[in-house]
Amino acid sequence: MQSEKQSISRGKKILQSILDATLVPFLAIFTAVVIGGVIIKMVGGNPFEAYMGLIEGSLGSKKALSETAIWATPYIFAGLAVALGFKGGLFNIGAEGQLAVGAVFSALIGYALPQWLGYDLPAIVHIPLAVLFGMLMGGLWAGIVGALKAYTGGHEVINTIMMNYIALNTTSFLLNGIMKDPSPTNVIARTPLIAESARIPPIFDGLRVHWGFVLALLIAFLVWWVLNKTTLGFEIRTVGLNPDAAKYAGINVKRTIILTMALSGMLAGLAGSIEVTGLNYRHELGFSIGYGYDAIAIALLGKSHPLGVVLAAFLFAAMRNGATRMQFLTQLPVDLISMLQALILLFVAADAIVRYIYRIKSRGERVVLTRGWGG
Amino acid sequence: MDWKRFGFIALIITILIGTVVYVGQTRQTPLLIITSMLATTIAVATPLTLGALSGVYCERAGVVNIGIEGMMLTAAFFGWLGGIYMFQIYGLSAGISITLGVFFAIITGGLMALLHAALSITFKVDQIIGGTVINILAVGLTGFLNRQLFFGKGSVFGGTVPSSPGVLPTIHVPITELFAPLCGTSAVCLENVQAINRVFDQKPIAIAAILLVFISHYILFNTRWGLRTRAVGEHPRAADTVGINVIKMRYANVVIGGMFAGLAGAYFTIESVPSFEPLLTNGRGFISLAAMIFGNWTPIGAWAAALVFGASQALLINMQIFRDVIPPQLSFLQESYIVGLTPYILTMIILTGIIGRTTPPAADGVAYEK
Repeated sequence: MQSEKQSISRGKKILQSILDATLVPFLAIFTAVVIGGVIIKMVGGNPFEAYMGLIEGSLGSKKALSETAIWATPYIFAGLAVALGFKGGLFNIGAEGQLAVGAVFSALIGYALPQWLGYDLPAIVHIPLAVLFGMLMGGLWAGIVGALKAYTGGHEVINTIMMNYIALNTTSFLLNGIMKDPSPTNVIARTPLIAESARIPPIFDGLRVHWGFVLALLIAFLVWWVLNKTTLGFEIRTVGLNPDAAKYAGINVKRTIILTMALSGMLAGLAGSIEVTGLNYRHELGFSIGYGYDAIAIALLGKSHPLGVVLAAFLFAAMRNGATRMQFLTQLPVDLISMLQALILLFVAADAIVRYIYRIKSRGERVVLTRGWGG
Repeated sequence: MDWKRFGFIALIITILIGTVVYVGQTRQTPLLIITSMLATTIAVATPLTLGALSGVYCERAGVVNIGIEGMMLTAAFFGWLGGIYMFQIYGLSAGISITLGVFFAIITGGLMALLHAALSITFKVDQIIGGTVINILAVGLTGFLNRQLFFGKGSVFGGTVPSSPGVLPTIHVPITELFAPLCGTSAVCLENVQAINRVFDQKPIAIAAILLVFISHYILFNTRWGLRTRAVGEHPRAADTVGINVIKMRYANVVIGGMFAGLAGAYFTIESVPSFEPLLTNGRGFISLAAMIFGNWTPIGAWAAALVFGASQALLINMQIFRDVIPPQLSFLQESYIVGLTPYILTMIILTGIIGRTTPPAADGVAYEK
C-alpha cells in the first residue's frame, strides 16, 4: 500500500515537473500564435489559411518532412551552441559568425584539398577532415572571445557581435577574392563546389535529408552527456551558476570560460560545416545571416536543455520550411515567420508575462542566464 | 574620463586622419582633407553619439540596454514610414513630413524602450535577454512590415517603394561670412575659411546630438533629476530609503534613453539617406555601447569615443574616394572589407581595458526587488 502510494506520488512528481517545464513554453507559443494571427488579420491576410499553409508546408508530405529536417539540422547545432554557453554563464550572440567561419573553412577543405594534394581522397577521410576543420575554426573564432573574457573581462556579448561583423567582412573579402568560384558565368560571392568525396550522402534516395541530421541528434545527446555526466560538464555548470564558488572549489575558472566558449563555437561551426558538406556543397555569402538570433531563440525556447533545443529547433525549422507554402497560399511575406518567432521568444524570455496572463504560479528558483558588464 | 583615455582617442583620430592626408596629398591640400574628414567624422558619429547617450541614461539608472540596436532599427523604419505616409497619403509638404518623421522615430524609440523597461523592471527578465528580445523583435517587425506594406498583396503603395519626402537640409553656420572680411583680398585665406566652415555645416540631428551631449552632462551631474538617476543606478535601496521612487526613475530614464535611440534611428533614414533597407543599422547600436563603456558612462566621454568610430568610418569613405591614388605600400587600404574592420577591432581593443578600465554603475543590470 505504502510503496504503491509512494510510487503514485513519485509518478505525479515527474508528471508535474514535465508539465512545469513544458507548460510555459507551450503557452508562450500559443500566445504568440494568437497575436501573430491578429497581426495577419490587420495586414489583410487570413490567419487560418496562413497557419494551415505553414503546417501543410512543413509536415504535409514526405518531402516536406525531409525539408523540415534539413532546416532543423543547423538549428540544432547552433541552438546547442548557445545553450551550452548559457549553461556556462556565457551569452554567445556570435553563432552567426562562427557558423560562417566553419562553413568557409569546410568549403575550403572540400574543394581545395584534392587540388593541393594532387589526388582524390576517399570520402571516409575527406568528409571528416572538412567537417572537423570547419568545426575547429568555429571553436577558435569563439575561443578568442572566451580568452578575452577570461583574461581582460571584455564582455562576450559585444565581442561576439563584433566577431560576427569581422567574420562577415573577412568572408566577403575571401569569397569576392581568392576563394571566389572561378567559373566564367559566376557573378556571386561564393566558393566553387566541393569535391564529390567531401559530400555527406543523403539518407534516403530521392529525398534531400542527409546523415548530418542524424549527427545533429547524436551531438545533442553528446552535449547532454558531457554537461550532466562528466567532470567538464560539472565545471561548466558550476562556473555558470557561480564563478566565485567555482574558484573556491578549485575549478580553473579562466580555463573553463575559454573552453566553454570554444566548445560553443565548435557547435556553431559544425552548423556551418554540415550545411556546406551535406546540403549546399559550397559556401555562399549571406547564407549565415540570421542564424545567430534564431539560435538564441531556440536555446531560450528549449530552456538550454539539449532535448528542449532539439524540439525548439524542429518548431523553428517547420516554420521556416512551411513559410514558402504559406506565402504561396496567402501571399503573405516569408518575413512574417521572423516576427512570429520574435513574439515566441518574447513570451518565452518574459515567462512572467505568460504566468501573469494565465495565472500560473511560479515554482522554483529563477535561472541566471547572463551577467552584467562587471562579470 | 582621464587624460590617458582622451589621449588615446586623440591619437587614434590623428592616425586615421593622417592616413587620409598622406594618401590624398597628391589630389588635395591637407587642410581640405582634414576639414572634410572632420566633417564626415562628426556626421557619421551622430547615431553612435546618440546611441551612447541612450545607453548612459539607461545604465546610469541601473538598466543594461543591449537593445539600442533594435530600437534604432525600428525607429529608422517607422520614422521613414511616417514621413512617407504624411507626404504621400496625407499630402503634407516635404518639410513638415520629414519633421513629423523625426518625431515618429523618437516616439517609436520611446515605445520600444517602454517594452524593455516593462520586461526588465516590472517582469524582472534578465536585462541582456530582454535587450536581445528587442533586437530580434526589431528585425522581424521591420523586415515583415517593409515587405508587406510595400510589396505585399493589396499593399498601400501598390508594390513599389514610393518616393520619400527627402532628407533634412544642411544648416549653414555663417563662419565664412563672419571671417571672410579678415582675409582681405587673399584667395587662399578665403578658401581656407570656407574649408573650415565645412566642419560646422552639419545637418540638424548631428547638431542636436552634440548639444544633447552637453545638455545630458549637465542634467546628469548638475540637477536633482541626475543625482536621483545616478542614486538609483548605484544603490537603489538607499535611494528608496530616502524616498526616491526607484521604479519610476528607472522607467523614465529607460524611456528617455529609448527616445535618444529613436533620434539615432531617424539619422539613418531621414538625415543620411531617404530610404530604408532591412538591417541597415549594421551593428552601430552595439558600437555605441562600446563607446558608452569606453566613455566611462559619461556623456562627454562617450561622445569622444563615438568620434573615434566616426573617424574610422570616415577613413573607409575617403579610401573609396582616393582609391586610385593609394600608394602601393599601403595597397591593403584599397580593400574596403579590410578597412571596414577598423571600428569592430577598435571596439574589441577598447573592451579589453588596456587603455584604462572603466566602472559601470554598481547596480547596473540588477532588477530592484523591494
